[in-house]
Amino acid sequence: MDQIILQILNGLDKGSAYALIALGLTLIFGTLGVVNFAHGALFMLGAFCAITFSRILSLSKVVVDETQKDFLGNPLKVDVPYIYDWFGESAGQVLINWSVPLAILFAIPVMIIIGVLMERGLIKHFYKRPHADQILVTFGLAIVLQEIIKYYFGANQIPNPAPEAFIGSFDFGAAIGLKAGTIIYPYWRIVYFCFAMLLIGSVFAFLQFTTFGMVVRAGMADRETVELLGINIDKRFTIMFGVAAAVAGLAGVMYTPINPPNYHMGMDFLVISFVVVVVGGMGSLPGAVAAGLLLGILESFASMRQVIEALPGINQVVIYLAAIVILLTRPRGLMGRKGVMEE
Amino acid sequence: MMLGLNRKDASLLLIVAILVALAPIFLNPFPEQSGLAQFNAGYPDLMQRFVIFGIFAIGFNILFGLTGYLSFGHAAFLGAGSYAGVWMLKLLTINVIPAIIISTAVAGIFALIIGFISLRRSGIYFSILTLAFAQMSFALAASVLTPITGGETGLQTALDDPRILDSTNTTGNIPAPSIFGLQMGDSFQISLGGWLWTFNVGYYLSAIVMLSAFYLAIRIFRSPFGIMLRAIKSNQQRLNYTGLNTKPYMLACFVISGMYAGLAGGLMVSMDPLAGAERMQWTASGEVVLMTILGGVGTLIGPVLGAGLIKYFENIFSKINDNLLHKWFAFMPDGAEDFIVSIIYPFVGKGWHLTLGLIFMAVIIFLPGGLVELGQKVASIFKKKGSTPSNTPNTEPAE
Repeated sequence: MDQIILQILNGLDKGSAYALIALGLTLIFGTLGVVNFAHGALFMLGAFCAITFSRILSLSKVVVDETQKDFLGNPLKVDVPYIYDWFGESAGQVLINWSVPLAILFAIPVMIIIGVLMERGLIKHFYKRPHADQILVTFGLAIVLQEIIKYYFGANQIPNPAPEAFIGSFDFGAAIGLKAGTIIYPYWRIVYFCFAMLLIGSVFAFLQFTTFGMVVRAGMADRETVELLGINIDKRFTIMFGVAAAVAGLAGVMYTPINPPNYHMGMDFLVISFVVVVVGGMGSLPGAVAAGLLLGILESFASMRQVIEALPGINQVVIYLAAIVILLTRPRGLMGRKGVMEE
Repeated sequence: MMLGLNRKDASLLLIVAILVALAPIFLNPFPEQSGLAQFNAGYPDLMQRFVIFGIFAIGFNILFGLTGYLSFGHAAFLGAGSYAGVWMLKLLTINVIPAIIISTAVAGIFALIIGFISLRRSGIYFSILTLAFAQMSFALAASVLTPITGGETGLQTALDDPRILDSTNTTGNIPAPSIFGLQMGDSFQISLGGWLWTFNVGYYLSAIVMLSAFYLAIRIFRSPFGIMLRAIKSNQQRLNYTGLNTKPYMLACFVISGMYAGLAGGLMVSMDPLAGAERMQWTASGEVVLMTILGGVGTLIGPVLGAGLIKYFENIFSKINDNLLHKWFAFMPDGAEDFIVSIIYPFVGKGWHLTLGLIFMAVIIFLPGGLVELGQKVASIFKKKGSTPSNTPNTEPAE
């Protein structure tokens, strides 16, 4: 019992990352009909937004501190972040400590701008071209983005710790009345899951309850009619591309404490995200979210010791296996709509 | 007229054959001692890679270029062929011929299974299915199948391998792959003036195989079978309406394409008997896609050019470092020199992937026909200038 709960919990945080990326992919696909292979790169860019932001916060000047002496008795030179000057030392420390959640505020505008630039500058010209061309050009873009990041940040993983308040683990077992110490779960993963759910919820709410979202949904259902009504649907779809980029970026920002980012983290996630989108059903937003969580959980169940002993190697391939089975038995995926990318 | 080819194709094959045969000479255009010698690509290891990846790309092009089915998992067949090849070198004989034949056959069987399942869908779903199969093969080869694949360290030949067809010899060095006594690493060098040319056994074996593969590809492109594949690309639905079942054609094409990849894998391990799981990873599949697109998808010679270009970038262009750049621009005033170097530096040396990515994007956006289209455009400009513009009838088959 506790094993099962533990695996479900383990699956949820990875699954929510899959779900967020897949949600963005599906948004882009559903609105613009573009298969975006650069979406993993957007996830990676988001993670590096967090790194950049924490570096900006800790930009320092060198100050000679008379109170501290080195072993020769000379005054010590200390790095003092500029931010201490502006907000005072204690507030500055808190800001630096909370750099990951604060980076969200930084990443949203940056990612929206990147998304809009990408759509206006490149993707726009590929609507009329075959899907293979779209895949290839975004694949090329992903390589370029990766290499730019690699040039500026190097090829190694860059650690970016969570706020101190969230370091450590939570005894989930004790909280739900099981034996203490059986289900231990890091705080940050809980935060990540809640954040992902909140983000997914707000995207759905945005589409469901605002006029803008209504127009976008109408455009997804029947673009021509919406255009005939005199609505500039292109502009709204461009903004949706920005939103999708921001969703991927935020998923990346919050993922940095779980896994230190490096330049090719996006590619690693991209392949699985595509599998998630296809399993969920091309063009179905709830499908993408459900499939992301399901595959995350499936993956963590497959990595249980008992399962691996029975079926060696299953943990490595279970996602792909699931995708193959679903594609062959339910061609539209779990919740795919009729007529969307049937072929 | 020659070998069942029309004049144009025969001359193309002849040109390619001459270029390949003389590659050790013209790929070494700079004398050994000159500063530009590091741009010489005429060393055996790299030349072998040119032709072997050429085979891989030709095979990929038979699938993607003719039918438009974009496989993102072609490296799986290369990997399967490599493993089969190493096993033949270990079990049967150190002679490379059985290894090459068996690796092609094994990749063919592997492609038959994967193709049979993947071809039930088309478009992006086909891409995802092939990708999923390749990633599965990669993950399994790196972990559970370690007894067969050598896991992450890779599979290689050892001194105490059975090699049942060879006379037992368990002393001395591990025998190197050879063909009837000639070792793949054997070379014949000519030094003329400052130039050094290396004629390598492994290279010429690969080159002969590549030329036969190229010839076969031309025949496939011009055959009724090839025309059927093009028909599938342009309108599969209409073909189905005429009562034609396209599935066997697609499957045959997929298997042929997979066998080309297996052949490349077999040659690869014949040159260097080491096969690792990373050969199957999806980035390796992405590489062959890049090669084919860069060179010119759907053209005969394009994939070979693309493979050559990427391997040249990977091995030569990537070696330009900032010292060298400073040396090149030393004639400039100091400030200007540093400025120019700092602009160029991100794009060369270790940053060669960036340049490659940019070129790739530019090709997709502006030149969907790749380098071949570029060549045709340039040629047509010169033609217009040189002679009066004549309305030459378009001899391309209608697509």
